Amino acid sequence: MSGVRLLVGTRKGAFILTSDERREKWEIGGPHFAGWEMYHIKASPVDPNRLYASQSSGWFGQMIQRSDDGGKTWDTVGNAFAYDGIPGTHQWYDGTQHPWEFKRVWHLEPSLTDPDTVYAGVEDAALFRTTDAGQTWHELSGLRDHSTGPLWQPGAGGMCLHTILLDPSDPNRIFVAISAAGAFRTDDGGTTWLPINQGLRSEHIPDPTAAVGHCVHRLAMHPSRPNVLFMQKHWDVMRSDNGGDSWREVSGNLPSDFGFPIDVHAHEPETIYVIPIKSDTEHFPPEGKLRVYRSRTGGNEWEPLTNGLPQKDCYVNVLRDAMSVDSLDSCGVYFGTTGGQVYASADSGDNWTAIVHDLPAVLSVEVQTLP
Amino acid sequence: MIRIQLPAHLRTLARVESEIELEVEGCITQRSVLDALERRYPMLRGAIRDQVTGKRRHLVRFFACGEDRSHDSPETPLPPEVANGAEPYLIIGAIAGG
Repeated sequence: MSGVRLLVGTRKGAFILTSDERREKWEIGGPHFAGWEMYHIKASPVDPNRLYASQSSGWFGQMIQRSDDGGKTWDTVGNAFAYDGIPGTHQWYDGTQHPWEFKRVWHLEPSLTDPDTVYAGVEDAALFRTTDAGQTWHELSGLRDHSTGPLWQPGAGGMCLHTILLDPSDPNRIFVAISAAGAFRTDDGGTTWLPINQGLRSEHIPDPTAAVGHCVHRLAMHPSRPNVLFMQKHWDVMRSDNGGDSWREVSGNLPSDFGFPIDVHAHEPETIYVIPIKSDTEHFPPEGKLRVYRSRTGGNEWEPLTNGLPQKDCYVNVLRDAMSVDSLDSCGVYFGTTGGQVYASADSGDNWTAIVHDLPAVLSVEVQTLP
Repeated sequence: MIRIQLPAHLRTLARVESEIELEVEGCITQRSVLDALERRYPMLRGAIRDQVTGKRRHLVRFFACGEDRSHDSPETPLPPEVANGAEPYLIIGAIAGG
């Protein structure tokens, strides 16, 4: 019998939530690594029992955990994230130059073909890769060494590389996004990188259409159309139909185009989801109503999805890595909140149920569709 | 025999229940003790000292014989009571908050 496994990272540990394909009854496992910040947990697409987790603490730094049995047991693997060569400087909040300093791993992206290869997006922004199942990590330094690197600056949450999209049709093509530098693409496996921010407009930077400096919150792609990208920017929901060469706004009738996550339906490449947040200073849903917005037209035309979600007095946030979709016939959509709820919809977003109400603040949600 | 006490999070990480006992060769300094600790428990690498700079993580403190040794040189010999196992070497997660 098929089923799903949710990998939930929180401020105080990791939780593994499992259900069968009906997605009505859930078992809650955890906390794993209780008391640690679990920024992200993700499974290998080619070995569903191989999980990687980013574990960190303000006291004790960064750890990486690996499980080979679907999260039942874990082993601490390599955590030496050393920048390649002598790190230079990037722009600091006050406009001065500041040395690159490793702080934590925000996102782990396992290879589409090799369970021992994983990419890690880190703060201060850089991309690392392991090819030995997490024992050693090496920087793909062509990204950080890009000529625009000294112009990159941290967003309010730090200068994090938070999104890594691997092109299933071209193993040499990778997209990443950095707050607040923008989106970048490599076409040679990570040796050289191109800023792909043409068409973005950000009023909070001196040149609103600059090549870099944009606070991109999240990118999403449907695997069947890797040239079509969707972006939730600080403000604005954007779309590219040419692999990021240019972008156009598709915010349309959203009540707010500020937000963090964005995702694509597993079977409908033109169906996308966002969760509008009121503003960059008020990180909660507009009008206290938690609404997922769905577009079936690839943007511009959006419908609110509210059935089962709180429609008054709701002041949680949904962070950038905290939404995911499964690939069962009836696509499941999941997201977690800073209030500790994890919501699930087994019908593409029409109806929602809270699987759990009272976890620590949710940082990330990934879902595995199990055979 | 050197006795080492770890904070709760690091005991979990190292999968130890209580105080650790270690044999340390040569002069007993903070560096030699931490080197031996990380050899025995490699999962602790980076949790106490930064892996690149080798410096103490700033919210980790080192106590011995009722004194804070956090700012001592890593090469400074630890007190004889720690070296002979009469007193433990304490690795502490600093209290932060109000």
